[in-house]
Amino acid sequence: MSGAVIFFLVLAVGAVAAAVGMLFSRNAVYSAIFLVFNFTTVAVLYLTLGAPFIALAQITVYAGAIMVLFLFVIMLLGAEKLSAHEPLAWQRPLSIGLGVLLLGEVVYLVAIQSGMTAPLPMMQGQFGGPVEVGLALFDRYLLPFEITSILLLVALVGAVVLTKVERIRPPRKEARTEIGEPRTVMSASAEQREPVTEIGPTSGETDVEITPPK
Amino acid sequence: MVPLSYYLALSVILFTLGVIGVLVRRNAIVIFMSLELMFNAANLAFIAFALHYQTLSGQIFVFFVMTVAAAEVAVGLALIVAIFRTKGSIDVDQVSSLKG
Repeated sequence: MSGAVIFFLVLAVGAVAAAVGMLFSRNAVYSAIFLVFNFTTVAVLYLTLGAPFIALAQITVYAGAIMVLFLFVIMLLGAEKLSAHEPLAWQRPLSIGLGVLLLGEVVYLVAIQSGMTAPLPMMQGQFGGPVEVGLALFDRYLLPFEITSILLLVALVGAVVLTKVERIRPPRKEARTEIGEPRTVMSASAEQREPVTEIGPTSGETDVEITPPK
Repeated sequence: MVPLSYYLALSVILFTLGVIGVLVRRNAIVIFMSLELMFNAANLAFIAFALHYQTLSGQIFVFFVMTVAAAEVAVGLALIVAIFRTKGSIDVDQVSSLKG
């Protein structure tokens, strides 16, 4: 067994162990940290596969930006742990069993049956470097690259719209009865509650914030 | 050098672990992380094939997958925050108001 294979096996075991740890850790913060470790090991694998640009993009975008976003949301919501109550308890071992079955099938089909056991060619020259990737990106793939910017813009606007706190601007005179209805009420206890917003006659200019039910 | 099938096997294992995570976990954020794991596994296969066929297109596609994943995470986490405001929980078993 050559040194490259041993290096690959160490990284692969690390990546799989991190993924398993992410799956079965109770705390969502630990899951996020395990996922960062997984992304880092896979980035090192990208380096061995002759993709240094993608490897560093993986570290900055995935392990950096995206996981910071995850951790931010976990800590913002305070939702790192759920209650241990399991409504569909019998489905959990079934899903694990079916997942292992899927694993066996796909490993057999892709890795063994396809017969791609030839060693990978060595990377040569600047293959996968920033210069090569940049040239390909702005020459042959220019249109998809531009469409990506539109996609990111739409995602930005969508995220802002979705997380915007509902504010109701009180109307001038009529339609007073509709504004007291909280739009986001789902639970039964909150339905019997008094409307949250009480609009006085002089509060025509202020915004009224509706607090969602706990 | 390492054979291509090793990388494909690792990619398949990571993808299946992501599938199991989506099936097993109830925390919506952990389900999202499992989705990221599946993206990552697909990216690994793309990079391995890019080296195997000596073409950069696989790496460019991984670049686009990363941007789509970033957009998906932004919108998805915004959805999770909105669901948490409404329900007070991100347990996916409790998001069943549309159940018939």
